[in-house]
Amino acid sequence: MRIRPVGAHALLLDFTASPAEPAHLRSAGLAAAPQPAAEVAALVEAWRAELWRRRDRGDLVATEIVPAAATVLLDGVPDPVATADRIAGWTPPSPATTAPADADLTEVPVTYDGEDLPRVAEHWRTDVPGVLRQLRQTEFRVAFCGFAPGFGYLTGLPAELAVPRLPTPRTRVPAGSVALAGPYAGIYPTASPGGWLLVGRTALTLFNPHAHPPALLTPGLRVRLAAA
Amino acid sequence: MTRLRVVRAGVLSTVQDLGRAGWAHLGVPRSGALDPGALRLANRLVGNPESAAGLEITLTGCDLRPTRATTVAVVGAEADVWVGDRPGDTGRPLAVPGGTMLRIGPARRGLRCWLAVAGGIAVDPVLGSRSTDTLSGLGPAPLRDGDLLPLGAPTAPPAPVDVTVPAAHPAQLDLAVRLGPRHDWFTPAALDLLFGTAYQVSPVSNRVGARLTGAPLPRAVAGELPSEGLVLGAVQVPADGQPLIFLADHPVTGGYPVIAVVDDVTPLAQARPGTTVRFHGPQR
Repeated sequence: MRIRPVGAHALLLDFTASPAEPAHLRSAGLAAAPQPAAEVAALVEAWRAELWRRRDRGDLVATEIVPAAATVLLDGVPDPVATADRIAGWTPPSPATTAPADADLTEVPVTYDGEDLPRVAEHWRTDVPGVLRQLRQTEFRVAFCGFAPGFGYLTGLPAELAVPRLPTPRTRVPAGSVALAGPYAGIYPTASPGGWLLVGRTALTLFNPHAHPPALLTPGLRVRLAAA
Repeated sequence: MTRLRVVRAGVLSTVQDLGRAGWAHLGVPRSGALDPGALRLANRLVGNPESAAGLEITLTGCDLRPTRATTVAVVGAEADVWVGDRPGDTGRPLAVPGGTMLRIGPARRGLRCWLAVAGGIAVDPVLGSRSTDTLSGLGPAPLRDGDLLPLGAPTAPPAPVDVTVPAAHPAQLDLAVRLGPRHDWFTPAALDLLFGTAYQVSPVSNRVGARLTGAPLPRAVAGELPSEGLVLGAVQVPADGQPLIFLADHPVTGGYPVIAVVDDVTPLAQARPGTTVRFHGPQR
């Protein structure tokens, strides 16, 4: 982990293995191999959970703790230099000791009728039933939120099943659409333009600002995209 | 209940308070007034708590009519203000009789005004804030002609203030930045350009960000940056190399490298297209 300063009040915990290797090292093959995505995601999740715990306990002051693909941002930190020193001395518990019970698994009922299923099947070198089997049996985790309020980036698919976005995004993707892009699955909380590959839809409300919590999918949550 | 009739909404007038902090991990931007200090001052002038919701009025001004007598204050851009047929001043409390038109004229210098009304704009809060977030759509829609806004009950008398110091509107902004978190994605020449050349505020700037045009900043590292959390004032450099400074409605994560972070973005709230921006910082 590398702790990068961000302005006067924020810190970025960076879990990428080889941050910004100079080009001459990379081309000569001297740079460290990138860390596997799954390991990085596990580190992000372990630190996200640890930082939230420490903030709840009063060990840490931060207005925002924002996990992302390979980083955790702490914003609204009163003394970033001293805080960075303290964080460097912390070790998050390994996931094995904090393994959640099955009761913590959120089931999202999905009607698998997305128009891009054949395209996904082609990328995965299988047929549509093969895609459905994979999606239904995968245990996903909300790695982070972004793009829109309540849009969770779900990890859990094997790295080799990453799919490209549509070359031209759709102008309107309906709310509740379940879709894939890169290594992630996601569900559109509201209708919006989007370039992810559509595999299905859910009737659940993903984001309601008057609910507690307002988002159905919060970072760290384990999710199964079950057949409706 | 006293209400505020929107007679002329203008090009972009929105309800703003100090924003909805603490929800970035769910993808919710902070939003809030682009110059929180100006909104706080306007609120103090009319006897409101600093966190009360007011209006952020862009460029063309707007016309408003309270249903009952109230007190208002306008802070920010240089603009004419009339209460009925009488000229008023910015930067001090103004009594507006019930049914009388309050007219805020176009900004002569600067870009945005903040209007506080005694009791505050009392639309329903969303996640603890009444701010209009132009990126995510949370909060009330931007004002339209004919809207009727509810006002809260005043909690304190207006401040006994005759005059406040008006904001400066310099033709060139000197913004202090701190490098990072991803300045190592850029060549040393990019850092020389960032600190050594002038940029101009582009006309496509908005509440999400101030887009700049000038010398493109060359990257040392090719490829994509996995999305990571963004802060207010982050200077992000997209593929075309032209920097963009994120303002209140910025997305919570972004996939282009942030070369530096501006300490104080509030001068950008008044920066018209074409305004010159220069960067300096503790490291340079």
